[in-house]
Amino acid sequence: MNEKFIEKGLLSITLCLFFIIALIIVFLAYESIPAFHHFGLIKILSDIHWIPDLNLFGIFPMILSSLLVSFLALIIAVPLSLTTAIYIEELSSIRIKKLFKPIIQTLAGIPSVVYGFFGLTVLIPLIRDYVGGDGFSILAASIVLAIMILPTIITLSQDAIRNVPFEYKQASFALGSTHFQAISKIILPAALPGILTGIILGLGRAVGETLAVLMVIGNVNQIPSSVLDSARTLTSNIALEMCYAMDIHYHMLFVNGVVLFVIIVILMALTICIQHKWGC
Amino acid sequence: MKINVKNFNVNLDDKHILNNINLDIKRNSIHAIIGPSGCGKSTFIKSINRMNDLVKNFKASGKILLDGKNIYDDDIDVVSLRKRVGMVFQKANPFAKSIFDNVAYGLRIAGCEDSDYIKTTVLDSLASVGLLDGVEDKLYESALKLSGGQQQRLCIARAIAINPEVILMDEPCSALDPLSTLKVEELINGLKEDYTIVLVTHNMQQAKRVSDYTSFFLDGELIESGKTGDIFSNPKCDKTENYIEGRFG
Repeated sequence: MNEKFIEKGLLSITLCLFFIIALIIVFLAYESIPAFHHFGLIKILSDIHWIPDLNLFGIFPMILSSLLVSFLALIIAVPLSLTTAIYIEELSSIRIKKLFKPIIQTLAGIPSVVYGFFGLTVLIPLIRDYVGGDGFSILAASIVLAIMILPTIITLSQDAIRNVPFEYKQASFALGSTHFQAISKIILPAALPGILTGIILGLGRAVGETLAVLMVIGNVNQIPSSVLDSARTLTSNIALEMCYAMDIHYHMLFVNGVVLFVIIVILMALTICIQHKWGC
Repeated sequence: MKINVKNFNVNLDDKHILNNINLDIKRNSIHAIIGPSGCGKSTFIKSINRMNDLVKNFKASGKILLDGKNIYDDDIDVVSLRKRVGMVFQKANPFAKSIFDNVAYGLRIAGCEDSDYIKTTVLDSLASVGLLDGVEDKLYESALKLSGGQQQRLCIARAIAINPEVILMDEPCSALDPLSTLKVEELINGLKEDYTIVLVTHNMQQAKRVSDYTSFFLDGELIESGKTGDIFSNPKCDKTENYIEGRFG
């Protein structure tokens, strides 16, 4: 009787949470409907101008910028994360392993505004002085994002590498492989699904990050022609305009949210596919 | 003699695992190592290809001579040592790759790029472990789809593909059913023409069936060693007799 009661209690709390999440999605969709109705999906996605005063609401440049910034962040973060994960799991001593763990956890726990502040005060002057432009750029945002997603990719890659059965490594050594050959030909391929999951989760975090990006990217709404150009992402657009948007403009910000949501859902589906395909 | 073990000791942390082992292993013979669990037989066999180097806080002293050369000398290249001394493990451990790639792995990491040579060697190796007929049309399918006994034979094929001089086998049949065990034993018997085989087993019937020489280990010490027939029919030491008659272990 008592057991049943606890079970029901847990179930209802779970259902509540599920209901709240569903409600958010419904709300997001509901508030975006007027904008979809007014402009139509194709026009929203293809128009390259976002000028609320002129009733122009194309989000294509923002989609492009969001993806560009995130993929650039991956290009910077993945090699760094992978080499770090391999070093910690395969080559370092137990002492170094113990030292690195809290460092990486701390990196994950730093609030994004701090990262943004670091970008603003350190990165932007550096880029302005040594690379070009005025510093507020896609490049700055990518670097900040890359640092922010390092802990996600490192931790998941570490887990994946650690979970490769010791027997594989042993078999490789017994056949006369060097440690490097065992890592590159046996351990990494076996850890690949987990590493990919980490990369996609990192990508999801990068696409969704708002504040740190907003602080360093300059927020000019345009199709960027180089990584030194300023741009505006889907997330920062919502944050910048939500306090004064009205009517159709207000609804268009929800369209921003829906697009973000769809991107995240696609990424999640990808991770599930990967895990399913490799059975892990 | 292919291998001479001289005053060999192993310490793990503070524990003395092997105590002053002296043993000779004859070329082209099957040498069984028997003894109860925890007697150090696995540690001993893994010392012959220095797999124990992977174990933290492992410390060896004394000598193991392979063709007269101490494999614990500083100038020994462990990677090339392991190409000369292959190993088959207790649990079949094929890589999550195709059957072909499993057998070709050792050749490829050794730098062989001649694809015709690789192919011939892979097929020959599979044939010599009696696996080729069963898998010829699925060479490129995952090795993990094979049965336990087939996987173990694949691991033996993988070991012999790089043409080692010695093959170490660490209880290769302990996870197999009787029929697969029989096949692997027949295979081991056929291999001694070309290789020197050291076989760790806790199955005394197996030692009796396949080996030429047998050594009995107990609590980290080598108690008795000799021709398999002599050890089983006429053991010199009481401990050996008690063990092979099943009074302990």
